[in-house]
Amino acid sequence: MKSLGSTRRSFTPWLDKETKPYISFQNVTKKFGDFVAVDNLTLNIYEREFYSLLGPSGCGKTTLLRMLAGFEEPTSGEIFLDGVSLKGVPPHKRPVNMMFQSYALFPHMSVRDNIGFGLKQAGIAKAQITERVDAILKLVKLEEFAKRKPDQLSGGQRQRVALARSVVLRPKLLLLDEPLGALDKKLREETQFELMDLQHELGLTFMIVTHDQEEAMTMSDRIAVMDKGTVIQTGTPAEIYEAPNSRYVADFIGTVNTLEGKVKEKAAGKVKIVGKDGFTIEAATTDQFALNTDDTAWFSIRPEKIKVSRSKPDKQTNAVEGEVWDIGYLGDMTLFNVMLDSGTIMRASVLNAKRTVDDPIGYEDRIWLSFEPDAGIVLER
Amino acid sequence: MGNFFKRVTIGLPYLWLCLLFLLPFLIVLRVSFSEPVLAMPPFAPQFDLSEGWQAFTDAVSRFTLYNFQFVLEDSLYTNAYLSSLRIALISTFLTLVIGFPLAYGMSRAPMTIRPMLLMLVILPFWTSFLIRVYAWIGILKPEGLMNQFLMGAGIISTPLRIYNTEIAVYIGIVYSYLPFMVLPIYATLEKMDYSYVEAARDLGCSALGAFWKITARLALPGVLAGCFLVFIPAIGEFVIPELLGGSRTLMIGKTLWSEFFNNRDWPVASTVAIILLAILVVPIVLFQNAQARAAEAGR
Ligand SMILES: Nc1ncnc2c1ncn2[C@@H]1O[C@H](COP(=O)(O)OP(=O)(O)OP(=O)(O)O)[C@@H](O)[C@H]1O
Ligand SMILES: [Mg+2]
Repeated sequence: MKSLGSTRRSFTPWLDKETKPYISFQNVTKKFGDFVAVDNLTLNIYEREFYSLLGPSGCGKTTLLRMLAGFEEPTSGEIFLDGVSLKGVPPHKRPVNMMFQSYALFPHMSVRDNIGFGLKQAGIAKAQITERVDAILKLVKLEEFAKRKPDQLSGGQRQRVALARSVVLRPKLLLLDEPLGALDKKLREETQFELMDLQHELGLTFMIVTHDQEEAMTMSDRIAVMDKGTVIQTGTPAEIYEAPNSRYVADFIGTVNTLEGKVKEKAAGKVKIVGKDGFTIEAATTDQFALNTDDTAWFSIRPEKIKVSRSKPDKQTNAVEGEVWDIGYLGDMTLFNVMLDSGTIMRASVLNAKRTVDDPIGYEDRIWLSFEPDAGIVLER
Repeated sequence: MGNFFKRVTIGLPYLWLCLLFLLPFLIVLRVSFSEPVLAMPPFAPQFDLSEGWQAFTDAVSRFTLYNFQFVLEDSLYTNAYLSSLRIALISTFLTLVIGFPLAYGMSRAPMTIRPMLLMLVILPFWTSFLIRVYAWIGILKPEGLMNQFLMGAGIISTPLRIYNTEIAVYIGIVYSYLPFMVLPIYATLEKMDYSYVEAARDLGCSALGAFWKITARLALPGVLAGCFLVFIPAIGEFVIPELLGGSRTLMIGKTLWSEFFNNRDWPVASTVAIILLAILVVPIVLFQNAQARAAEAGR
């Protein structure tokens, strides 16, 4: 059986009709004055899920988290946690902790006191607080900074304190608003795996906002791609990457070539599209494909799924010639930007499986790009 | 060149301080060591700096500490000091109790109306202080506005006796110094990031708990500044007790005035002033320390 990408773990409660969602947004709208920040949004998050929100700046991600944490009330619609409406429940009575995008570290308290604040509020014994704070300080590699005040820390250190402060309480639901943005790549990757371990070990549910798609792909069970206060698509990282439901999602995640065309022939499981760029595309489709002949469609294909060759491939469709416009050598792969005769630029990437290449492709060479019918996806919007 | 300029800019405040504080202080100090005489000026010894060093040392040898002994032993003065201290402390506390909620409300008001609220707090300064205190006489006196209103409304049947009591002094001080309390507190609350409070709520604090642990704690430098700005002038206040407090309200400012202008005993008046300054040095130093620490923390 074919499946999209390779999955991290077989955890798919959302496919099971019996499982009740842990968090449920039902037709939630949030307005600030006339401005609609969240627009009639419905989504379900399951227990122990690692759920990411991805979307451009100002699309309502933070607002969504703030409504869950209890700092904003929905203008209309309702949010349920474990089947119970959160309407009117004050922030300190919710089993939710939030890491703020602005960190919001208490300026008059040391790193240790900041992290221990929530534990102290919960009435936990002093010795145990010390122990748990020490453990989390070690996890975020800030042992030497325990006595410092927030204004004596670097941006990345502050971010780790904020992360530690929300994680140390082990709430059933943890909301992280761009938790790793200020960290260097290595520390970020380490922390990502530590967060994943923590979530797995303690059985927590995570809802995380990030601008780093790679981060979202690595960590998440599911990703929601948002735009202007609505969710455009929810799915596993592989679904979002390999089967986006729109040009917006395809374009937002990773790099993609999108070719516009008109539907010409439609048969069961496949479709022929005459592209604007002067060549015919034959593509595989699913049962849900709803377009008719002469409708506009977009064929979207990722660079790594395009084959690059010097000689004309031996097929009539799914092949196009162009001139090498730009070459980017990334080490593990090489990127080619190819200008088709129509003027459209297509990007293809080639894995550098060998250390040396015979007859390398150079600038202004004419080359052929080709692909299989199921390498890309036909989009209706 | 740059060095010279730097020295001048650093030196200027010192020059200012010497001219307007140190010099008058030295003159008052000198008078406090003198004896009263019926002459002009009404104290001795006198000396002329043009007569040289000898004349100066002669005069200094005739200085006396008698005035200090007199003031510190006479219960009239000590009572006045204690009563001033008490009135200043109570009125500072009352000003804080009224000023903090005002400042808090202002800092949480919508951004657009804050400048107007600020303006309203400062507005009374546009009228003379004296006139505003006189206005309170009109309000508080037995046949004044307040009693007329309360009796007209049927709340009381005999006029309240507030004018010429200590209560009137509290009202006067709280009213006059309220902006000095509100403004520094407002300044600290206004620049406080409200997300601190949200974070505290998120970590399990009730609304009241978050207020104490975060808002009140972070407003502390402003509260201290406000308290000192009210307490220090209030303790030496003359106009308010004179106009509103009547003869039975004892405050050191009034004593000072009557020594200078009624008794024409400049040496004792100067001694009273010097001792008042000595009493104030303690809170002033505390205030300076608090300011320095706040500056350190806010960095
Ligand atoms: N208190 C508020 N008053 C008015 N408008 C607000 C308020 N809070 C948020 N908004 C608006 O709502 C929209 C969504 O804001 P939000 O903070 O949720 O965005 P975001 O997706 O988190 O963006 P970013 O990625 O930049 O953090 C923005 O256009 C913002 O200007
Ligand atoms: Mg945000």
